[in-house]
Formats: sequence, C-alpha cells, structure tokens
Amino acid sequence: MARMKFVCDAERCIECNGCVTACKNEHEVPWGVNRRRVVTLNDGAPGEKSISVACMHCSDAPCMAVCPVNCFYRTDEGVVLHDKDVCIGCGYCAYACPFGAPQFPSAGTFGVRGKMDKCTFCAGGPEANGSQAEFEKYGRNRLAEGKLPACAEMCSTKALIAGDGDVVADIFRNRVLRRGKGAEVWGWGTAYGSKQAGQPGVAAPEGAKS
Amino acid sequence: MKHTLFTLLAVVALSACSEKPQALESNKYDSSAYTGTGKAFVAKDWKPGDKASWESQLKARSQYGQNDYTRMN
Repeated sequence: MARMKFVCDAERCIECNGCVTACKNEHEVPWGVNRRRVVTLNDGAPGEKSISVACMHCSDAPCMAVCPVNCFYRTDEGVVLHDKDVCIGCGYCAYACPFGAPQFPSAGTFGVRGKMDKCTFCAGGPEANGSQAEFEKYGRNRLAEGKLPACAEMCSTKALIAGDGDVVADIFRNRVLRRGKGAEVWGWGTAYGSKQAGQPGVAAPEGAKS
Repeated sequence: MKHTLFTLLAVVALSACSEKPQALESNKYDSSAYTGTGKAFVAKDWKPGDKASWESQLKARSQYGQNDYTRMN
C-alpha cells in the first residue's frame, strides 16, 4: 500500500463544514479545538474557492523535525501521529506546521496550554487499537476498523478524498480529465514534496536559497 | 577473602544507587491498523490481522465511497 493522503478538490468544496462536524462528532473533540476546518479564499467574490484543511501527514513533517521531546512518529501507512504522554505542549509544532494543524486546548484557568491535539487520519494513537484510552486521547481508530477518515467519508460532494495515495490520485486525475479544469491540488506540494499538479515547475534562479 | 566480601557487599549496597534512564521515551510501537480493534463494530469484508485483506478493503472502500464516476457509470 502507498501512503495515506488527503486531497481537497477546491472545485467541489461548497464550504458546508460537514467534514468539520463529522470530525468533531467522531472523535468528541473538545471546544476550542478544531482538527479540521474549512478555509475560503476570496470569500464573497466571484470565483471564491473553499478548501478543507487539517494535518496533511507530510512526507517530511516539519512538526516532527522541531519537536523537542520527539513525541511524533509515523506509521507504516505514512500517517503522522503523536504521543500525548510525551508532549509537553510547547507549541513549536504549531509554529512549524504550514497547515496550522496542531491545536491546543485552552480549557484551563488563564488559558493554560494543554497537550497538542491534531488530526490522526482517524488512526488513533500509540494506545491499543480501539481501546478507551486511545479514544479519550486521540479519538476513534477508524483505520483499524477497516474504514476511512470520517471527514472524507461524510463529505457530501466528495471534495475531500482520503485513502491510499495511488487510489486518491487516480480518482482526482479522472475528475480533472473529465471536467477539464481544476487540477490544482492545494497543499500537495507542501505536504508531499512534489510540484503541485497543473502548475509548471519554477526553476530557482542561480544562487538563490532553496 | 576479605577483599572479595567487601566488593560483593559494595555491589549489593550500591545497586540501589543505580540511576534509572531519564531519556524521554515514547511508545512508538503502535500496533498496525490492519490488526484490527478486536471489537465487533468494524467494516465487514476483511479479516483482522490479514494485511492484504485490510489493504484491499480500504482500496475498495475508497473507490466505492469516493469515486462517483465508478459508482454511477
């Protein structure tokens, strides 16, 4: 199996926030924490585009690189997970993440920052699969139930696609070929280190910093 | 003899002074998703513990649930 990936099709997203609701409900995410959210560009103007954003489970995850306590790990399926028992809530990952995925509950007095919380690709955490401890810390482990992330499965227009990278890319490619536009996959270049589909590669000028 | 006894006693007495490792350790040994949850509330058509069947289940689910061209045509 290839790596698990998310694709958000900006041509299809209608900003219904069904993915956000599905995620919050599935994992019983507390107030103030949004593992997934919908961002609209040029809101109100003709041609506005919406995209659903969460942890993209990057190939070379910046959060993993900057974590001072090394609480992140990557599963065999390429899902970036973290251990809340190790997290110290420093927030470095939040600064490093290009998608704003790491969230910090601020339920304590004076807004004390708690353990980091983020999208798990519905793959739980280091606790035993399907255990109560796993659910309370990380939410449901749908992958271990043979299911895909709730956000993608609940998406009404199927703008958000999740699953095996090869399958997801095939589905998206087929759509683009049929409609003849909208090949820009938002965030893929950043998350998975490739040029964004449909956009020509820009050669860096000589001597420029990469 | 005295020397050996003293060494043995020292080893026993000082064993309590050994320091526990203080390195931050994480449980990076998360069990794979294909092992299942051991509960009944799972998708059908795959066998927990069988990686190949889990992978084909997810691929089939991706196609059926997310590819409307194959669902409708």
